[in-house]
Amino acid sequence: MEAAGLSAGQQKRSVSRRLADLFYGRPRLQAGTLLAGPVGWLVIGYLGSLAVLLIAAFWSVDALSGETTRGFSLDNFNTIVTDPVYRTVALRTVGVAAATTITDALLAFPIAFYMAKLASPRMKTVLVIAVLMPLWSFYLVKVYAWRTMLSTGGIINWALNPLGLHGPGFGTTAVWLVESYLWLPFMILPIYAGLERIPGNLLSASEDLGAKPAATFRRVILPLVFPAVVAGSIFTFSLTLGDYITPSLVSPSTQFIGNIVFTSHTNNLPLASAYAVVPILIMVLYLFIARRLGAFEHL
Amino acid sequence: MRRIQGHPARVALLVLAALATTLFAIGCGSSNNSSSNDNAQKSVGAGEGQLNLVAWPGYVADPWKSDFEKQTGCKVSVKEAGTSDQMVDLMRTGQYDGVSASGNASLRLVAGKDVAPVNTDLVPNYSTIFDDLKNQPYNTIDGTNYGIPHGRGANLLMWNTNDVKPAPTSWDVMFDPAKAAKYKGKISAYDDYIYIADAAVYLKAHQPDLGINNPYELDSKQFDAAVALLKQQKPNVGEYWSDAAAQIQAFSNGDDQVGTTWQYQYFALLADKQPVAASPASQGFLPSEGATGWSDTWMISSKAAHPNCMYKWMDFIVSPAANAEVAQSFGEAPAQSKSCDTATLTAAAKADGYPADPKFCDEYHAADPSFWKNVYYWITPVADCGDSRGSVCMDNNAWSAAWTQIKG
Repeated sequence: MEAAGLSAGQQKRSVSRRLADLFYGRPRLQAGTLLAGPVGWLVIGYLGSLAVLLIAAFWSVDALSGETTRGFSLDNFNTIVTDPVYRTVALRTVGVAAATTITDALLAFPIAFYMAKLASPRMKTVLVIAVLMPLWSFYLVKVYAWRTMLSTGGIINWALNPLGLHGPGFGTTAVWLVESYLWLPFMILPIYAGLERIPGNLLSASEDLGAKPAATFRRVILPLVFPAVVAGSIFTFSLTLGDYITPSLVSPSTQFIGNIVFTSHTNNLPLASAYAVVPILIMVLYLFIARRLGAFEHL
Repeated sequence: MRRIQGHPARVALLVLAALATTLFAIGCGSSNNSSSNDNAQKSVGAGEGQLNLVAWPGYVADPWKSDFEKQTGCKVSVKEAGTSDQMVDLMRTGQYDGVSASGNASLRLVAGKDVAPVNTDLVPNYSTIFDDLKNQPYNTIDGTNYGIPHGRGANLLMWNTNDVKPAPTSWDVMFDPAKAAKYKGKISAYDDYIYIADAAVYLKAHQPDLGINNPYELDSKQFDAAVALLKQQKPNVGEYWSDAAAQIQAFSNGDDQVGTTWQYQYFALLADKQPVAASPASQGFLPSEGATGWSDTWMISSKAAHPNCMYKWMDFIVSPAANAEVAQSFGEAPAQSKSCDTATLTAAAKADGYPADPKFCDEYHAADPSFWKNVYYWITPVADCGDSRGSVCMDNNAWSAAWTQIKG
């Protein structure tokens, strides 16, 4: 018994020893083995599905069965470029994504500034929890809540009625409101982190040198925190750009990129794939600009 | 009364029916080689204990669902779909045994080989199904039968009685620019490209010079007119719906005042005491132009994991009692002629929890083929117009692309 156990132990030790020998002094192999899992997942799972999507964009659909036929055709891209509806919807989507981003930046800045520079440590903790709180609840619940609030008999109309006003109802404005609400925490947190990084004595120095608060904000704080704003905007912009659930619930008669992709994937997968390339290109461009503005150091 | 197996006579009948089915199946297995349904199943064996269905909302529900489970031991799991596109998409996953397909899904499923031929000899209740539902272009292709008729109905015009006065008798309340403008932002339209046919039905009556005969066989001139009408309607539309529950909500809270709907939503709103009305039974539930509608077919997946349970389901759902229950609960004409017996209708209404309505089949014109001439069953649009015009009609792809443009 004892002898057998020993020999097994020795064998195990020799295997691990051999493995250790293999890795010793080979930093590339070490890093490669460590990263093989995540990188493999990224390449196969993420880039692989993207590649399938891109290939499908060149296929076509059989008119009778609605099944995809493999082959090569640029018809789908042609449709997207020539049919004005696809341009209108793309511009509408980008417009709402941009409006959401600007709204969130304007709302988030004062909150983040108070959290980072003015609040007591205790208050800071409370505020961080408060900002994160909406993320605890389920996405659909929040959108359905907005759908109820925005509806004709909803609370917004009820509150505005005595003033002789109407709520925005369902439509593009409603999408802008709901998206701005949904993604606000994703803007507050990077700006908060960016402001935290600015040493307080820089602000004091600016004041000592005679700068008025407005000048300090414009010439000291803003340049330093701007990359953080851009970092936050990547979230608000991309999340709005790709969302289709919110538009379908609060804008049931106006389409966004996500809605077209969602509805056409059932009867025209190739067209949906081709159209899905549009947000990819927009995001590539956006990330390129964001990188130029130094946002990646603040993610 | 409600539970079928509680009644000794019923039990005896069931046993007999099961025996007959088995004998029939055995008989067919050896002699039916000349049938055109060569690929269809030859016999129905013991149930597999499970059945996964794709169905319209309200088609697979209690009391008949649990009756079926008790009778056959096949546990039913149902995935409800709001449009035919979703149904086709779900069936192509290969995860389901069967589907209640309308005509605009059935042809695509057959063409895509997603469904298998059905051996109607294995479905004893098939023989007493109304004749004008058998061998129709949406369930039989080149003489091969692909399914069992479930029931039929017309899409409804529904309105809020507080807001829409006088009661409309025509679809013009949704399509005529002057009339529809009164309900701007409160009109509810169905979110599927097959809805283009609703515009074609309206144009058929109001612009006879277009020469529309069948609203699914539209050449480019007719099609463009229908699309233009829908683009004109768009600013007045509050919501394009494909989720029945969302439309019910929109009518209850006042977002929608008039729209096209199914009996399912109408009954749900009535049950909720909402002030809604639809074209009355005396009018055959139809606005003056007629309406689009559906004639649904239970089809079996070519990849069915539980084919025996699916065959048992296809026979069960067109059995007199179950077909009467689903027809009255959903509000459609039953496919099974025996469902129209007064005693069957009364028992089914009781099981559903509705007041007895012995005239149900007359109201829904179940046995009146002439009525259905004004109801245009959903069917997949194809290039072949089916008449002397030849292959110049707009196909499914064109309809789907136009729908994206209409919604804008």
